[in-house]
Amino acid sequence: MQYAILCYHDEKVTSAWSKEHDDAVMAKLGAIRERLERQGKLGPVARLLPTTAATTLRKDREPPLVIDGPFAETKEQLLGFYIVDCTGLDEAINVAKELGQANPGGAYEIRPVGVFFPGKAAR
Amino acid sequence: MTDADWISSMLTAAKPQAVAALLRNFRDLDLAEEAFQEACLRALKAWPKNGPPRDAAAWLIMVGRNAAIDTVRRQARLQPLPPEELISDLADAETAVADQIDEADYRDDILRLLFICCHPGLPATQQIALALRIVSGLSVKQIARAFLVSEAAMEQRITRAKGRVAAAQIPFETPGAVERSERIAAVAAMIYLVFNEGYTTRVAEQGARAALCEEAIRLSRLLLRLFPTEPEIMGLAALLMLQHARAPARFDGRGHVVLLDDQDRTLWHGRLIAEGLALIDKAVRHGSPGPYQVQAAIAALHARAARAEDTDWLEIDLLYGTLERLQPSPVVSLNRAVAVAKVRGPADALAIIEPLANKLDGFFYFHGARGAFLLQLGRAEEARVEFDRAIALANTPAEAAHIREQLDRLAVSAHSGGAPSAAEKTA
Repeated sequence: MQYAILCYHDEKVTSAWSKEHDDAVMAKLGAIRERLERQGKLGPVARLLPTTAATTLRKDREPPLVIDGPFAETKEQLLGFYIVDCTGLDEAINVAKELGQANPGGAYEIRPVGVFFPGKAAR
Repeated sequence: MTDADWISSMLTAAKPQAVAALLRNFRDLDLAEEAFQEACLRALKAWPKNGPPRDAAAWLIMVGRNAAIDTVRRQARLQPLPPEELISDLADAETAVADQIDEADYRDDILRLLFICCHPGLPATQQIALALRIVSGLSVKQIARAFLVSEAAMEQRITRAKGRVAAAQIPFETPGAVERSERIAAVAAMIYLVFNEGYTTRVAEQGARAALCEEAIRLSRLLLRLFPTEPEIMGLAALLMLQHARAPARFDGRGHVVLLDDQDRTLWHGRLIAEGLALIDKAVRHGSPGPYQVQAAIAALHARAARAEDTDWLEIDLLYGTLERLQPSPVVSLNRAVAVAKVRGPADALAIIEPLANKLDGFFYFHGARGAFLLQLGRAEEARVEFDRAIALANTPAEAAHIREQLDRLAVSAHSGGAPSAAEKTA
């Protein structure tokens, strides 16, 4: 069974970390990541940029609505995610719109990825 | 992570929200600040034992409010209540406060708090000092070090600024739309001042001054979280991130300025660049350009160029042209001239800056750039005069050292006959 581990924290707190603190946390996580990778257990890992860099596509209406900021509703739940490699936000929004046509309702939050490790675990 | 580490980042994160709410409560900056300090002291005692509260800001507001009420009572010579009694059922109270916290209220509270620091009666240095004191996680000692003054002098500067602000009577009512956007613009300008204060290093104290840049970036993210649909705030945040991303490459081992063209771009801070590019990308979609967005777009073109020679100078020239229309200034024209020199050559660049001579005569960069253009045109004697002027006007030893290097190369080339290439002024 593959599991996704979703990381939550208060952004106000993490953005108040000094660079040294951030580096120290990342180094500790990096050590665990390397071990998991050696064990062949690790899939893709991403550190997302802050929610201030996010755009949300509401696909519960036609045409879908593009709004600045993260997805903020609590009545909907996270069901999955895609990682797409695009030239910029416009292209990413177009991909999301296409996916939204196939599966209307709800929303997609489009958040740039800051750090990405592809991982090796595959089946 | 030690207790002190996580507590200090939680306190820093909660500070703007907590001080803003306490200010709304007490309508007195000193009292609000003291209340926050007191709440922090109690947090340092309570949190390691009880673990972090569910909502740190709500906890600090609650405890700070009680502490301040206590102070007010004491000052009124009333019987003080024991603090234990006041905060006995804090867990419930915290939930109540957290529930009452309406993001919209908070938004205007924090905006007001930041806006207070931008009072037009305050000189820029006092605005920056006050803003850092009130909303940043920096201590007075750190702020003083960044400004190269003693702690006592900084305390004094902050006290004077507070006195002026108190006399200014900034209204506490929720602002209207026009007033709100004016406040946002004033706060954005103040954040930019904080950044520039850190970016313009006057000494080798790069660490202390970089803290100002990092605070400015944190404030810009805070402002953006409050107003996530304002393209100019996206532009401001992007601009600060893209500029600060170059910090690790801006100085060499001897503390000398390394020009943009000569910087080791692999040292640039990749994640900050990614965030800045994402933000400017978002802002551009609004189709409502403003000065911060245009400057960020220029910084983005530098950031996107893997090598200096890949820089899209044509686009940069066009963007400076837009900036000249949005925010005409001789300094903007000077910057455009640098781009023009790359695209169309030094003669055109020189033609752009000649009319600026009166306005920019006391400006280091003007003479540096003029010298460089003249040199490229082979007018070595005139270039030498300009470089001498530039050295006399240099703001930092690093700037003077850079021009001196140009002069040295000039001396060498006078013998060899070749002209050294001029480099862009921005680093």
